[in-house]
Amino acid sequence: MSVNEEAKDIRRRSWRDIDLRAVAPFAALVLLLILGALVNPNFIGLTNLANVATRSAFIAIIAVGATFVISSGDLDLSVGSMVAFVASLMIIFMNSGVIADPALMLTAAVAFAIIVGAACGLANGLITTLGRIEPFIATLGTMGIYRGLTTWLSQGGAITLREPELQALYRPAYFGSILGLPVPIAIILLVTAIAAFILYRTRYGRHVVAVGSNSDVARYSGIAVNRVRTIAFVIQGLCVAIAVLLYVPRLGSTSATTGILWELQAITAVVVGGTALKGGAGRVWGTICGAFILELVGNIMLLSNFISEYLIGAIQGSIIIIAMLVQRSLVRKS
Amino acid sequence: MDSETVDTVVLSARRISKSFSGVQVLFSVNFDLRAGEIHALMGENGAGKSTLVKILSGFEAPTSGEILLDGKPVTLPPNGAAEALGIVIIHQEFNLAEHLTVTESLFLGREVTRFGMLDRKHMRAETRRVLDLLGSHVDENAMISSLSIADKQMVEIAKAISRDARVVFMDEPTAVLSREETSFLFRQVRKLRDQGTSFVFVSHKLDEVMELTDRVTVLRDGQWIKTSPTNMLDGESIAQLMVGRELSSLYPAKNEPDIDEEVMLSVQSLSTDYVTDASFEVRKGEILGFSGMIGSGRTELMEAVAGLRSRASGEVVIKGETVMSGDVHATNRCGLAYMTKDRKSKGLLLNSGMTANLTLQSLDRHGKLGYLSPSSEAAALERARRRFDIRVRDGSIAARRMSGGNQQKLLLAKVMETEPDVIIIDEPTRGIDVGTKQQIYHFISALARDGKSIIVVSSEMPEIIGLCTRVAVMREGRIVGMLEGDEISEQEIMRYAAGLKKKQAA
Repeated sequence: MSVNEEAKDIRRRSWRDIDLRAVAPFAALVLLLILGALVNPNFIGLTNLANVATRSAFIAIIAVGATFVISSGDLDLSVGSMVAFVASLMIIFMNSGVIADPALMLTAAVAFAIIVGAACGLANGLITTLGRIEPFIATLGTMGIYRGLTTWLSQGGAITLREPELQALYRPAYFGSILGLPVPIAIILLVTAIAAFILYRTRYGRHVVAVGSNSDVARYSGIAVNRVRTIAFVIQGLCVAIAVLLYVPRLGSTSATTGILWELQAITAVVVGGTALKGGAGRVWGTICGAFILELVGNIMLLSNFISEYLIGAIQGSIIIIAMLVQRSLVRKS
Repeated sequence: MDSETVDTVVLSARRISKSFSGVQVLFSVNFDLRAGEIHALMGENGAGKSTLVKILSGFEAPTSGEILLDGKPVTLPPNGAAEALGIVIIHQEFNLAEHLTVTESLFLGREVTRFGMLDRKHMRAETRRVLDLLGSHVDENAMISSLSIADKQMVEIAKAISRDARVVFMDEPTAVLSREETSFLFRQVRKLRDQGTSFVFVSHKLDEVMELTDRVTVLRDGQWIKTSPTNMLDGESIAQLMVGRELSSLYPAKNEPDIDEEVMLSVQSLSTDYVTDASFEVRKGEILGFSGMIGSGRTELMEAVAGLRSRASGEVVIKGETVMSGDVHATNRCGLAYMTKDRKSKGLLLNSGMTANLTLQSLDRHGKLGYLSPSSEAAALERARRRFDIRVRDGSIAARRMSGGNQQKLLLAKVMETEPDVIIIDEPTRGIDVGTKQQIYHFISALARDGKSIIVVSSEMPEIIGLCTRVAVMREGRIVGMLEGDEISEQEIMRYAAGLKKKQAA
């Protein structure tokens, strides 16, 4: 075989090596953008798209955490309630006035939210692994607990950030921008880049995938399976906390209905992004793409006039089913 | 049986070819199965036996060529629907739902009803009848999950037989059966053959092929090599046809370590739920064999030694260091590695590539602070492929698409990546071909010569006898004998394993 032919052979193979499942969500995103542009010329404008990306921040960041949990073969249903719980505690902490200096207070509150988020994740992880309870059931339980605690803290009403000085200081965290890039988008990119590095380039990431694809193989390879699973839940908790850090400056208030059904949107984003729900393959960038697709569909429906926006839930439900069907047909072909 | 039925061909393959995504695995293969014969299908792993079996049973469609049933061309219906035509396959991997009973499994998908209600009594009686035919003592009301592997295999076989099959494909049916169970099975297969049922018998065990089959077809590298009556061949000539070269001695020369060599692993009165009071020692450069019947507790003992299973009492000392019960990390750190016999469900990530599998157990060697270096991993794969002669066309192939032999080599390479000094190898050559077996024996022997201590657990007695300088025999969770030198013989091992002879382990 001549050098030329060999090079051609390698090129052909690299084309075949491209995993269709990894590409599919991005192809869908491009299709949606084209569709959106056809529906309404305002859609493709930078302002509108930046708005959509900013609004997808909460689900996107939570879904990055969910990618870890799902890749390791578990499931976390409690994230929506966890957002409400962590955000409520954070606002109560800021309202308590234990630290007088606003900047110091804000720093402490950020640290506090992150610790609470990690602790909530750790609780989920320990109940699932040490308690040997199916993750679906375990997190169904904590979902009720976090939601119930939030309702109790708010006494059925709202918890609102009272200090105007703190509000002013904290506002840019959601509404500001860095070098023209809205802060939430910058945070999405940063969180995803870190998560991708952990999942694809570190020992822990490899362990997550191994545990998710076959926990027996992982155990026989000397991997501490329960530790890997628990850490994945903690990562999920941290991601929820980061989402809360963006959520609180946006509205400055929480209630018993904050974050309702977000767990389902997060799981949808993960699955639409190409991660297998039964574990063993994680696609962090695909997850972000999935979260963006969900938000885009809503946006297109708002801008177009021929479908009622009250049908958003139904359309999002259809998306997850279509995504699964497309993925399955791609698997069969390869 | 009269000569007429012998010559009737039931199922035949005409110039069958098959490619998987551009890679051709069968080249214009012909195959005839006569009514009332037991036909052995032999070949090394990757020779195309499993693919041919799948095509002839409808699980795969041929790329070209045709299948004739009773002389007429047919397209077999996919996904096991060929059972309706009387073509049944007994899978190598079990196809049993764990939470059904034996009776429910046997009648799954074709439940017998009376007035619309399940006729449980009839189904139970029928199940009992088939199990009795096979000489199996499995309870027809037992849950599948409560059965041993051998019993599950029996249920699979009973399931096939109860379907009044005309053609039965058996892929390595005896791999997990004891000798007694195997001979029951063979008796039943012969009986069914005499009634006109045809069998295709895929096996790596030459002695069983010689004992059971009427004709042999050998495949090599996807090509048909020879079909011949079994009594015209002997084991040696079949092996040569399969490998296509003279087999030099299967086992390398034994190398006995000095009696005063350092003791690398010492196990003192170890007990678990099942294993009782097991003690043994392995020296540097020694190959110690563990023999015994299936279920004698060998794997349990080894998993307890390796820290994969917790122990009730006893002490494990690796290179002078005592390790805690149930601590895999500690045993790995001390230099002991265990290679599982169950490469598909406990050894390899079947959906992952070779690199991810190879380095899974030794990731901390490929970068600092948890970071993984792709170049370091690639170098490890290149090294392992050369060292263990892992032959695949495409380096990015998923483990599930590799042949059994290559999977086993990859698993051995994975375990060796941790650079252990004591290696426990459980069933080193289960379900792999003669050529690869020979290679693995030479790898094991070379490791021992390099000063590694090796424990070989095996149900294949020739393997134990050919490789080991000392052999421990287990029975019902105890080490009942320790054989050395000339004592190591099939008869002597059997005497201990069957409980006819007993002595205190040395």
